[in-house]
Amino acid sequence: METFDISLVDWSRAQFALTAIYHWIFVPLTLGLSFIVAFMHTIYYKTGSLKWKSTTKFWMKLFGINFAIGVATGIILEFEFGTNWSNYSWIVGDIFGAPLAIEGILAFFIESTFIAVMFFGWTRVSKKFHMLSSWFVAIGSNLSALWILVANAWMQNPVGMQFNPDTARNEMMNFWEVIFSPTAVHKFLHTITSSYVLASFFVIGVSAWFLLKGRHLEFAKRSILIAAVFGLLSSLFTAYSGDGSAYDVAQTQPMKFAAMEGLYDGKEGVDLIAVGMLTPGKKFNDTKDDFVFALKIPKMASILAFRNANAFVPGINDLVNGNKKYKIPALENRILNGKTAIAALRDYKTAKISIRKKQALEKFRLNYKDFGYGYLPDKDSAIPNVPLTFYSFHIMVGLGFLFIMVFALILFYSLKQTLDKKHLLLKLSILMIPLAYISSELGWIVAEVGRQPWTIQDLLPTMASTSHLSTSSVQITFWLFAILFTVLLIAEIKILLHQIKLGPKEERS
Amino acid sequence: MFETLSHLELQQYWWMIISLLGSLFVLMTFVQGGQTLVSQIAKNQTERKVLFNSVGRKWDLTFTTLVTFGGAFFASFPLFYSTSFGGAYWVWMIILFSFIIQAVSYEYRTKTNNFLGEKTYNTFLFINGLLAPILIGVAVGTFFTGSEFSVDKLQLTNINDPVISRWEGAAHGLEAVLNITNLALGLAVFTLSRVLGALYFINNIDDETLVERIVKQLKRCSFAFLIFFLTFVALLLTKKGFAVDTVNQEVYLENYKYFHNFLHMPIVLIIFLLGVVFVLIGIYLGAFKKSIKAIWYAGIGTVASVFSIFLIAGLNNTAFYPSTFDIQNSLTIQNASSSKYTLTAMSYVSLIVPFVILYIWYAWKSLNKKKVSKKDIEGDDMAY
Ligand code: HDD
Ligand code: HEM
Ligand code: HEM
Repeated sequence: METFDISLVDWSRAQFALTAIYHWIFVPLTLGLSFIVAFMHTIYYKTGSLKWKSTTKFWMKLFGINFAIGVATGIILEFEFGTNWSNYSWIVGDIFGAPLAIEGILAFFIESTFIAVMFFGWTRVSKKFHMLSSWFVAIGSNLSALWILVANAWMQNPVGMQFNPDTARNEMMNFWEVIFSPTAVHKFLHTITSSYVLASFFVIGVSAWFLLKGRHLEFAKRSILIAAVFGLLSSLFTAYSGDGSAYDVAQTQPMKFAAMEGLYDGKEGVDLIAVGMLTPGKKFNDTKDDFVFALKIPKMASILAFRNANAFVPGINDLVNGNKKYKIPALENRILNGKTAIAALRDYKTAKISIRKKQALEKFRLNYKDFGYGYLPDKDSAIPNVPLTFYSFHIMVGLGFLFIMVFALILFYSLKQTLDKKHLLLKLSILMIPLAYISSELGWIVAEVGRQPWTIQDLLPTMASTSHLSTSSVQITFWLFAILFTVLLIAEIKILLHQIKLGPKEERS
Repeated sequence: MFETLSHLELQQYWWMIISLLGSLFVLMTFVQGGQTLVSQIAKNQTERKVLFNSVGRKWDLTFTTLVTFGGAFFASFPLFYSTSFGGAYWVWMIILFSFIIQAVSYEYRTKTNNFLGEKTYNTFLFINGLLAPILIGVAVGTFFTGSEFSVDKLQLTNINDPVISRWEGAAHGLEAVLNITNLALGLAVFTLSRVLGALYFINNIDDETLVERIVKQLKRCSFAFLIFFLTFVALLLTKKGFAVDTVNQEVYLENYKYFHNFLHMPIVLIIFLLGVVFVLIGIYLGAFKKSIKAIWYAGIGTVASVFSIFLIAGLNNTAFYPSTFDIQNSLTIQNASSSKYTLTAMSYVSLIVPFVILYIWYAWKSLNKKKVSKKDIEGDDMAY
């Protein structure tokens, strides 16, 4: 009998992670900068001022350079579900395919139609239609985020569906439940607002560089003011929606939540770790301390997770060993249930007599909620990478609060008209650009690494999601992507830096 | 309103939508065709710039049509998505790579400090123009010729190896290039994309000398296209096809199946013939009258004929993705489709499509009011 090749799964994961991480370098800037350009374009439209025209054009150019490579890296993600996660595509395609298709029909076409008008419409279409095109591009790209995040949220919290044993897949029962799942709503809001934060820092950082160089002062101040207002509002909303996401995670993905907090032994009234260092090499059920050191906020984790200071938050050990008092089943039992469900599915599909079929179906339905556990080879495989999840989460949140303060300071001095003298703050704001990218990528690491081993929470683990390929094929494409995307990234950065150095061009008409 | 349709009717409706998207994509490959024509037509930097800027403003739409085609196929026939993409891995990967390098090339080619140099980006565009139409044509060819794969849903209950669809050939899709029917279709799509590209240039470019050279290329491409296209059609109409028994859903080989499909669905035959006639009129108007209207005829004709070729692949009890490994594993619009609920929901979404086409048309019309010319490009700081 052929046995399953685990390295294939790992290489497929690596390839998906690589391409998604690359895609995500460009996406947040697109999501935010498109709106900033639209704001500026609107001001130009209203005032007719040539200064605003040149400001709009400058940022639009940078937008275009980033957009092209965002599109290049996106196409592969769309098809990778089929190429590398073939089993997944059948088992949940009935639900998951829909948002992907809607994304194309509803969002990508808006984007790609109006982006041409936005870039080439300066002398060709009416001023009003041209300005509206900038808005359509912003709306289109943010709509695309909506649909892909609905899809992603559904994988974290599969709702509105039922397994159909006859077709051997999950089928959609309620479209609205899928779209309006709270996980999707929070994910969307958190992702787009955090992307606005990133784009705002991009605009502020680039402009700060001009201020420090003493070039294009008016242009830089104009740009900073817009971005600081947008950034401050967005950063506040990012923290708020992030809290909403954490609450969702605690309800639907307790293992991820435990990993985010590095919590092994659950209890009532759990403290939140503000800053901490995990004990290296700590595993479940060993006796090591959780942390080498930790700065805690009393009971805050319980409040975050369940909005109740004394609520019980399960730790990793509780989720593995089970906890009678809090009705948490042991992992071992869930694995057994999963195997029962899988066997019952086999019986159902092979049974010749209808009574046997009926019995098998009942057994299957009874155990289906643990279906995915049946594929897990051992307990270890049910636990995500705790340090990666923990540190990613804490660095993201820490940076989130730092960002709020920096925006507030920049806005304050910007309004006082003394920003160009605050050299330290200007330098700091350039540093914020890489930090914003880091926190944004870390967010995805929390979300995606924290949910391992699940592709679909509790129902389908990564090892049952792959295609039937040789590991070497995936290795080859992995390296091809790594090389190609890196080369293109270098090209993008070089072009971008050069365009920034050139600065905005004066407009004469 | 879609609730009243049966599952089979919804499946047929969705096969038509897939066919429509597929045919719109082939129309949009005029961008790829244009990319391969540049090196043969342009003699200097400015001319190259004019040509690239003409098709360049449309590249994103071709790309989006492909993405939407993929997404819609996923939503409506997920078993195809998982079997074909996961199995014919290398064909799809090469296609995707060629689109990755295309997407950056327009934007980056003439920017200063662009790392790879303008020549590299121009080559990227050429590679995309060459490979994408040929390989996509080849991949669609397998709708008629079949591929070596198996599908076994019971496999899901094998904990150690739960993958349902498997490719049984080691070349993972590359073997399809060796089949004459597939290859004929691939080359027909490629040469058609060049014909359309040339006609688009004629419509969009304001430059006498360039148009002279474009027309010369157009004549050559049209000749090649007709040869490949007629070869494909001849092979298609005379070959055995994969028919589905309406009672027990078994798949069997039927002589002249695709010819029969045309006869059983005369409307499709009429659409096909009209499409071919329109393409021919388009070629004639372009090659001999340099007419700017030629692209419209050829465009409409392309959509109509490709649409009908897709239709005979899947409708009238035909397996649209045949398995040559085990003919009973072939995919039909019935066994590969989404649930009735999902198809119904997605059918409502499909009502948006006409609006999409409408705003695209409006935006294009506004942009194309002014033709692309040397003068126009030189004054535009956003030009590619
Ligand atoms: C629509 C679904 C979806 C979306 C929007 C994303 N992902 Fe994801 N991600 C998956 C669906 C997915 C997946 C297909 O489900 C993977 C592959 C295997 C798995 O469990 O999840 C995955 C794996 C995966 C991994 C590997 C985790 C591991 O192997 O430990 C990383 C690091 C990321 N993703 C990162 C990202 C980033 C940076 C994204 C931002 C664009 C992103 N994901 C968006
Ligand atoms: C893993 C899942 C994802 C898939 C399959 C995917 C797919 C794609 C594809 C195919 C494109 C190119 C479309 C075009 O023709 O313009 C694209 C671009 C884009 N995607 Fe993604 N994407 C994913 C993740 C995300 C996420 C999570 C977001 C946002 C929250 C996002 C936002 C965008 C945006 C804004 C663009 C426009 C181009 C750009 O990035 O500059 N994508 N994506
Ligand atoms: C300020 C406090 C913040 C909190 C409390 C917070 C909370 C969270 C949580 C709990 C998740 C995981 C959601 C899931 O697993 O489904 C998450 C994900 C994410 N975070 Fe944050 N975050 C904060 C700040 C930021 C900042 C500043 C950025 C970037 C600039 C950011 C970007 C992201 C991204 C891109 C994701 C992945 C998408 C998602 O799952 O929503 N976050 N955040």
